[in-house]
Amino acid sequence: MILSLILVPAAAGVAAFLIRSSLLLRVLLAAVGLFHIIFTAKAWLIRPQPALGGWLAADAPGLIFLSLVSVLFLAAAVYGAGYLKGEPSGERMDFEEGDLFSNAPEARFVGCLLFFLATMTAACLSRHFGLFWVATEATTLSSAPLIFFHRHHRSLEATWKYLLICSVGIALALLGNSFLAAAGPGLPMDLDGLLAQAARLNRTWLKGAFLLFLIGYGTKMGLAPLHTWLPDAHSESPSLVSALLSGALLNCSFLGILRLQQVLSAAGEAAFGQELLVIFGLMSMGVAAAFVQGQGDYKRMLAYSSVEHMGVLALGVGLGSAGAFGAMLHAVNHSVIKAMLFLVAGNILSVYKTKSALEVRGALRILPLSGALWLAGLLAISGSPPFGAFLSEFVILKAALDQGQILVAVFYLIFLAMVFVGMATTVLGMALGDASRSPHKEGWSRTFPPAILAACSLLLGIHIPEPLRAALKTTAHVVLQQGG
Amino acid sequence: MSSWIELAVLFLILSNFALLGASRVTTLIQVAAGQGILLGLLPLLAHAKQGNLRLIAVALIAGLLKGVIFPVMLGRALREANIRREVEPFVGYSLSLILGVFALACSFWIASRLPATALFLSRKALPAAFSTILTGFFMIVARRKALTQVLGYLVLENGIYLFSISLGQKIPFAVELGVLLDVFVAVFVMGIAMFHINREFDHLDVGQLSALKD
Repeated sequence: MILSLILVPAAAGVAAFLIRSSLLLRVLLAAVGLFHIIFTAKAWLIRPQPALGGWLAADAPGLIFLSLVSVLFLAAAVYGAGYLKGEPSGERMDFEEGDLFSNAPEARFVGCLLFFLATMTAACLSRHFGLFWVATEATTLSSAPLIFFHRHHRSLEATWKYLLICSVGIALALLGNSFLAAAGPGLPMDLDGLLAQAARLNRTWLKGAFLLFLIGYGTKMGLAPLHTWLPDAHSESPSLVSALLSGALLNCSFLGILRLQQVLSAAGEAAFGQELLVIFGLMSMGVAAAFVQGQGDYKRMLAYSSVEHMGVLALGVGLGSAGAFGAMLHAVNHSVIKAMLFLVAGNILSVYKTKSALEVRGALRILPLSGALWLAGLLAISGSPPFGAFLSEFVILKAALDQGQILVAVFYLIFLAMVFVGMATTVLGMALGDASRSPHKEGWSRTFPPAILAACSLLLGIHIPEPLRAALKTTAHVVLQQGG
Repeated sequence: MSSWIELAVLFLILSNFALLGASRVTTLIQVAAGQGILLGLLPLLAHAKQGNLRLIAVALIAGLLKGVIFPVMLGRALREANIRREVEPFVGYSLSLILGVFALACSFWIASRLPATALFLSRKALPAAFSTILTGFFMIVARRKALTQVLGYLVLENGIYLFSISLGQKIPFAVELGVLLDVFVAVFVMGIAMFHINREFDHLDVGQLSALKD
């Protein structure tokens, strides 16, 4: 059952390369998305049997992130049907620089999307550090061609940076795996084996491994100052890919750090990891707060907001078990809203044909639904009640205050406020104002998925379903459970 | 037997300097290929008596990939894309070599600071591993061509591979193959990207990739 979650998308990905009909491709994409979400939902009801000798299992953190992948993929698949239909075939004019460019073949795009789903699923479910590495590197490789869908030199540049920076970053995590092996010679590299023997692990090697994991997977997660690939890749890829990168992929890399923090805690060295997470978290928030100000490109703005929220996640885990609960809840909220915002940004982009925030005016009038969602997204992402992110950001603030980390709390609030001001100026300017053109009719496939995601975010702010709350609690508990 | 290993380690360190000082891309590819073959042989030399089938299989696949397949792929890219053969460094060759000496010293220092652990090869392999990793990094940062960046990535992977075999890490066979497959696909995808960079800009100079910034 667990294996089918990985193998079915992978097999569909292979099949997609052979399919010529674009209608069939879009149906395949949605069908796999539907299959994936049904099986993931089933895993919440009945925990599936571990596979491959316990290397693949749906534990609490894995299941949370897997569900996010699943929900966002289905949203992106439905959105993709309308998106791909609207993409003209053949050569066309690049609206930024006037050069001619064409799209990559649709079969390749859909195939890579499905591989991307398979590899992210594998990353979420693997409880073996070696296997996790293999899956995470595979997510980079399967998503790189997605960024280069519009074949012009800017997306090529973004793809190259993404490939190289993330591959090098992840290579460091591989070195971290070796350090982990040196910490406990002869021990198996799966989570359960390491947790059971945590007291025997050599502390110096283990700390070295955590540092390398933090730098390696942190690069892919977008923690500053290792985030440099992120704004380029997010702004140049098609919007549904940006939504998946930001909402699903970044979490998967975070999972790698969480898993090792769990081992570190079991070895009685939780504080070492937590201090580093607080530093990297605040740094990411600070960098994002600076770059969001006056950001002219609205997709880049969303990308920097992702850097900020990854900082919030790292910071939350650094602030103890209450903070870790907040961080996991925030991961859920952030994924849902950020994916929604990227999808809406795609709608705005395809009507206005510009990524410059200054040239988009009156979105509320021209795109009534997308404009409204754009505004709602601003409120949701900046943590305004009644949206879910308010709750999670508040929990993290409270954790900082309860720990007596007043300075951390102050910086946290300042950065949040700075990002809010920076984003609000841009977003309000785009949504309001007079528009010189007539209202645009929006297709349901491109408004329905973001609307559903917005509703989810609102619901999460009002009520957290009991199974989710339990899984979040379990995660927060196991990640920081002290031993030894 | 340990003299074999020490000889191999010495060759690796020398090859790192060759990578830093070489001015022609073909030389770089050949040196990286030599490193790959050496790394493939190393576990076989160290464990020749035990004749562990799994170990031999992994060593052969790794040696084949790093020593033959990657160099052939990159060599083809070099010919087909009609890339100029000079390395065109951001940082000059002599400065690169001086930095290489510095990196080697750092590697010895890091290796001496690491606590003892069960080692498969001699402890002398650790500084060589770190120096190879640092050389790879340096090639990615300080060389102008996309192709030399990919070579840098390969050298970095070589260093990590050396580190992992010198620990004699008990990696399950499937994971080891997965890692090698990932590296293979990475080079393949980077190769495709290079092809497009070459077509878009008429040459493989990553200095041209500078449109995206804040």
